[in-house]
Amino acid sequence: MSVAAAKVSVVSPTVSDSPAAVHARLRGVTRVFRLPKGELHALGPVDLDLGRGEFFSVVGPSGCGKSTLLDILAGLSRPQAGTAEFEGRSIQDVPDGVGVVFQEDASFPWLSVRDNVAFGLRRAGVDPAEIERRVDYAIGFMGLKDFASSYPVQLSGGMRQRVCIARTLVMQPRLILLDEPFGALDQQTRLLMGDELLRLWRETGATVLLITHALDEAAMLSDRVGVMSTRPGTFIDFVETGWERNRDSRVVSTPHFGDITARLWEKLRVEALKIMSSGKA
Amino acid sequence: MSESWLRILVVALLIGLVELMSRTGVIPLQVMIPPSQMVVELGWILASGEFANDIVLSFTNVAIAALLSVLIGFVAGLVIHSLPSLRDALEPLLASYYAIPTFVFYPIFITLFGVGSASIIAIAILLAVVSMITATLNGVDRIPRVLRKTAQVYRMPRLKTALLIELPAAAPYLFTGVKLSVAYAFIGVIASEFILSGAGIGYAIAYAYNNFENRHMYALMLLILVTVTIVNTALNHIDRRLQARRQR
Repeated sequence: MSVAAAKVSVVSPTVSDSPAAVHARLRGVTRVFRLPKGELHALGPVDLDLGRGEFFSVVGPSGCGKSTLLDILAGLSRPQAGTAEFEGRSIQDVPDGVGVVFQEDASFPWLSVRDNVAFGLRRAGVDPAEIERRVDYAIGFMGLKDFASSYPVQLSGGMRQRVCIARTLVMQPRLILLDEPFGALDQQTRLLMGDELLRLWRETGATVLLITHALDEAAMLSDRVGVMSTRPGTFIDFVETGWERNRDSRVVSTPHFGDITARLWEKLRVEALKIMSSGKA
Repeated sequence: MSESWLRILVVALLIGLVELMSRTGVIPLQVMIPPSQMVVELGWILASGEFANDIVLSFTNVAIAALLSVLIGFVAGLVIHSLPSLRDALEPLLASYYAIPTFVFYPIFITLFGVGSASIIAIAILLAVVSMITATLNGVDRIPRVLRKTAQVYRMPRLKTALLIELPAAAPYLFTGVKLSVAYAFIGVIASEFILSGAGIGYAIAYAYNNFENRHMYALMLLILVTVTIVNTALNHIDRRLQARRQR
């Protein structure tokens, strides 16, 4: 597996000066939760530009606001300060063209795999023939062909997560947000699911934002990785991996993979130690 | 031998034993008639239509009580769920509800509704409704948050989220409430007919008992047992299918 860039480079949160290259943008985004015991400043201020077709991952210590960041981009949560934009429009609600895969199993246990995958298309009133075509493709793409009539309870955790990814894929999102989608899976399954995610990213040309705890996952899958600080989470480093687009999990055996992971851990270790010393870990 | 066959065998052996004991006089006929005679008597009762009005009345009351318990319990459960302070206040009452002997309220219902079906249905609802309230609270509590977020991602309006996501997600828990409500409705109606009715299977059993008509009494008891078993088996079958899909 070749490496496009010889060294790990650190860049700014912006990807380009050209507005067309920016798919989603956060500027000064801050999120504060009001709790019975007072306010919790969870995130920000955060600046981030996601390039069109980019695979961007976010790593950071537990509770640093990674999922809050994803919720704001997905339109599931609104920031107290700052602006969030997708395709040049302010994000007020869940924007058209955004798909989300959650860490928890979000498959519908009362529906078969096929009905799960077709769910969003039916709600959107897509033509039945088109639904059939897209569902067949997504089920085949995610290797679920033999399980189309099965129910989620009959599948493993990894297979159920594939169902959720297929359900997102059929909607043909231009921005895919993944909140630790492989967090509950074993290491081998995670690597293989990572390969499938890369294949999906290449074939759809979508922009991907992946939230993950796993440094190896971020290093293997991403074009760029953002490292977040402890709460309130802000980006403290951006690492460009320099992988070529046609990559897969075999990059883990290259020295460059070690360099990226070491770089990420160098930054993250300091943040993780802060949490441990504060007794919040 | 499978579990279900073993269960049938145990029941068959017990029935056979009772048959033998009553046929040989170990159990006097004044106390209990042989099970085979109960079946013959029940067949005669059903064919002759002697108790048809009582049977129809009781089962109609059970159906009305069960249906109203499920509807009232479901709506009340949703209201209580949406008002946390009300829930906190009611929680201890709901938890200890079945320690209250509901039938002590029968004079109040007679005063309110008079002697007849309305009082009987009211007592049965009082007995059955709390199981549905509790099941609804449990079901709504257990809807995974991620499913509601998924509905948001699909930009589904509130009503569609409730009907297409929340209701099916809570269905296995709600059905447990339906099952219990039906069982309590049977108990409430039949038991109430003993004390505050001039008609119905419960009344007919009490009448037969008071007049030493053992054959009628046991045949009607058998009718209730068979009906409850059939209804319960059907509900259990649906329940098993719903529970089998519950994964979390």
